[in-house]
Amino acid sequence: MAQEHRLILKQIDQPGYTAELECYLRHGGYAVLRKALSLPPRTLTDGRVLTGPDQLRKEVMESGLRGRGGAGFSCGLKWSFIDHRSGKPVYLICNADESEPGTFKDRQIIYKDPHQLLEGMIISCYANHVHLAYIYIRGEFTEGARILERALAEARAAGYLGRDILGSGFDLEIHVHRGAGAYICGEETGLIESLEGKRPYPRIKPPYFPAVLGLYLCPTIVNNVETLCAVKHVVGMGGLEFAKLGTPNNTGTRIVSLSGHVRRPGYYEVEVGKVTLGELILDPAFGGGLREGRKLKAIIPGGSSAKVFKAGERFRLQRRGPGGQVTSEEVDLLDLPYDFDSLQQAGSMSGSGAIIVMDDSTDMVEALANIAEFYAHESCGQCTPCREGSLWMSKALHRLTHGGGRPQDADYLLHIARNIQGRTICAFGEACAWPVLSIVTKFRDEFEARGAADLARRAHPATGVEAPPATTQPAARAD
Amino acid sequence: MSAPPSKSNPAPDTLTVVVDGKPVTVPRTTPDPVSGRPLPTTMIQACEAAGVVVPHYCYHPKLPVAGNCRMCLVEFGLPALGPDRQPILNPDGTPKIVLQTLPYDPGVPRAAIACATPLSPGMEIYTNTPSVRKTREAVLESLLINHPLDCPICDQAGECKLQEYSVEYGQSESRFAETKVHKPKQVDLGPRIMLDDERCILCSRCIRFTRDIVGDDALGIVSRGSHSTLTAYPGRPFDNNYTLNTVDLCPVGALTSKDFRFQMRVWFLKETNNLCPSCGTGCNLVIGSRENRIYRYEPRQNDAVNSCWMCDFGRLNYKWIQRPDRLAEVGRRNADGGFDASSWTPALREVADKIKGLPAGALAIVASARQTNEELFLLQRLAQHRQALTDSIPRLGDADHLLVNADKNPNSTGSRLIGIAGPDLGTRLPTMATGIAEGRIKGLIVFGEDVVRHGLTEELLQRLELLVVSDVLPNATTALAHYLLPGCAHAEKRGSFVNVKRQLQRFNQAVAPPGNARPEWEFLVECVGRVLGEPLPATLEGLFNQMAKEVPAFQGQTWAGLGDLGKKLG
Repeated sequence: MAQEHRLILKQIDQPGYTAELECYLRHGGYAVLRKALSLPPRTLTDGRVLTGPDQLRKEVMESGLRGRGGAGFSCGLKWSFIDHRSGKPVYLICNADESEPGTFKDRQIIYKDPHQLLEGMIISCYANHVHLAYIYIRGEFTEGARILERALAEARAAGYLGRDILGSGFDLEIHVHRGAGAYICGEETGLIESLEGKRPYPRIKPPYFPAVLGLYLCPTIVNNVETLCAVKHVVGMGGLEFAKLGTPNNTGTRIVSLSGHVRRPGYYEVEVGKVTLGELILDPAFGGGLREGRKLKAIIPGGSSAKVFKAGERFRLQRRGPGGQVTSEEVDLLDLPYDFDSLQQAGSMSGSGAIIVMDDSTDMVEALANIAEFYAHESCGQCTPCREGSLWMSKALHRLTHGGGRPQDADYLLHIARNIQGRTICAFGEACAWPVLSIVTKFRDEFEARGAADLARRAHPATGVEAPPATTQPAARAD
Repeated sequence: MSAPPSKSNPAPDTLTVVVDGKPVTVPRTTPDPVSGRPLPTTMIQACEAAGVVVPHYCYHPKLPVAGNCRMCLVEFGLPALGPDRQPILNPDGTPKIVLQTLPYDPGVPRAAIACATPLSPGMEIYTNTPSVRKTREAVLESLLINHPLDCPICDQAGECKLQEYSVEYGQSESRFAETKVHKPKQVDLGPRIMLDDERCILCSRCIRFTRDIVGDDALGIVSRGSHSTLTAYPGRPFDNNYTLNTVDLCPVGALTSKDFRFQMRVWFLKETNNLCPSCGTGCNLVIGSRENRIYRYEPRQNDAVNSCWMCDFGRLNYKWIQRPDRLAEVGRRNADGGFDASSWTPALREVADKIKGLPAGALAIVASARQTNEELFLLQRLAQHRQALTDSIPRLGDADHLLVNADKNPNSTGSRLIGIAGPDLGTRLPTMATGIAEGRIKGLIVFGEDVVRHGLTEELLQRLELLVVSDVLPNATTALAHYLLPGCAHAEKRGSFVNVKRQLQRFNQAVAPPGNARPEWEFLVECVGRVLGEPLPATLEGLFNQMAKEVPAFQGQTWAGLGDLGKKLG
């Protein structure tokens, strides 16, 4: 029977557990940091000597840890791109801009166990020779920023931050930087621009890969809150031990944010790939099933930008066995293991780990209009296809949900979305195009029916319904 | 010391890529337009080297790359590598090229912005496939859905990149069924610039120019998404000496020049290559004129002089050419002290004869450093023949960090090289004044200067037996002339200047001079030739080439050889 595997969330929500340093220390806090800072150099069989930081980076590489922010990129690989001989300082930024709709995992850590994040960060900074790090926290997390500031002050006073941490000779300062409430600040290069005091326009890559030309054009590591916490556990238990959690190439645990039409919405930490989508939604340990009398209609598996799954869909999955042999099997949507690779093979992604469940009471046109309005409002406006296309889709959907639909609007929406994806500076292009592409394609009948009904009503206004104009006011606010 | 590259290996500092099937070898790095730092050469630079134009809005070779318009998206392939990281070869031995596709949709080519994507060896760039063209159509469609499409009343019409690319990538019918976004119109951005935010395509060229080239971080974008709006810093007008360059840079009709706005449709303008005479920098420019009237100056690219820019002062300093009080008739002082209108032939004959009548050393010449080399050369020949004292007038003002030079004469260098002036302009004027006061100097020729303001007082000028003045506008000196010879503005004649960096440059005639005014070199050829008793070339080309033979600094130069960008003197 599927169940939670609490690693990062282990103490969170336990009776009496608080965000204070004293509480964290009572539960063994900062022991991993102490261990990390005191690692002696190790001589390999070939004579090479690994310093403490070298060993830590090796552990993270061996753990197979993949980024928990959305893209699922290997953390160890990301760290390996840093050139430590560039002569420039290396920065580490904790991305706490958690803003993908449906995602509410990082805030649990920040609000309830901030020292765990700090410990993960300090270890990561030591491993990468970072002496100045930032926590970029979304503007809406006012209390979260306060909690982090307090935690930083406690850690500073206790010698876990500042000069000569725990007598190791390692110096580190961490600053909290609050965003002003823009989704795009979660994009790492947009975040860096914002941190530099500019508009959060994502940078073009190449040449501005953060590992090479990041914050202040210096090598920079940007990691998600959950990823940095996982680093603490990787170092604590050892990379190879961590890699035994989860499934091959999808190691460790993930915190899933489960929302929508389930009985027990909430956050659940599970071993990656050991639990299926169906278990997460239906199992009493997780979602507990749908509401009485309702049937599953759709699942957005990785935050609102992920492509939707339609109930009843079946997918062919390639699986690599322990011996390397590849097997192929067809699985139902609900039997999809919740991991990076399976969801990608099924045509979507686990993204930020946010599962949004929709039952048969959901009007997919309305749902998409809601999502599209969000993305139109959050497009930074830097590059053409996304700037113009996101609002265009939102306006079309607003029209479609306000009586101005046309039968051709399904194709119209697909046309706009196809012209955005793959052509923008950052992944926001995909984020705003994929919901439209997947929902319109998979629920096309609803869009066509709505358009046809509107057209018929406009053609016969005698039915008593006022025919609305074909065009309507802008859907997104101009602020 | 490194060994020269062998024949089989290309030079290590170059690489070869294929653009639309054509191999092209380019340097690995290209200097950054702002810092000069070497940056990896990009696709668009390779395309340019291959003679392939990639449509673009935001890219400009002289600005930092922004990569936001997405018009330059192209597709590309890279040499396939085997597990051993060695290239996989086709049966014919050529490297196997793999078209790059979207990671999440391997059926769709991955487009890359040509303006920012660095080259790699063996890369193949495809700029004109059906899917690339479709991408451009989509970008253009996106740019146009919220555009007001007010071309009939837009100043940019005729030189607008939206119009230009609409010919190739536009749709005959709009698909857009929604309401357009509305934004501020007729925004008074600064003293010389008007902004229409609805026309703006947010390419950020103007922002980058004023921030990175001028150093005045005055423009920016507020709001977000499709509501993004270009604006000046709140409460501060956009006002530096280079603001009008943003009008040139603006690929659409968003930024317009208050001076040129609604004055003339651009397709009626005749374009003439000329030079800015407002300072010693000698910015290359294009005069836009129609029916003998000048409507605008625009900078013309010359990387040895002004890159793609010019200052606002120089750009707007053309109105005097069309002043109604321009000198337009040959004048001859009569016995009553008044002026008779004369014609060129008798006037020049009389001037020549009177010069010849003066004893050697009794003539002095003040020739402006605003005159062309050819004119200065003729006056210098005359001076040598008559042993005349010569000089020019210095004209100093403020300089800046970009283009404006403290020397406000366009040809001080030419005046020195030809020998009219010494190293310091104007230092011989006191000698001249003394000579006139003591009666040793009896004749004075003045070209283009109001010498009354420079120590040759009215009282002194009245002592002269002969005062020949040529100018374009009336002043205290022209009022005292015995012979008044109406000359031409730089826009009304041909000639050459040498700028402060010894760049020898030529310019062409855009409009006709008023009335009977003539180019100075033309009547000087007649007059000086008569004094010297030798025929002088009757064409400007011939005159220039003769000057090049006689003036050491111009050795080897020819009029034709100057081309549009001029030549740097040794």
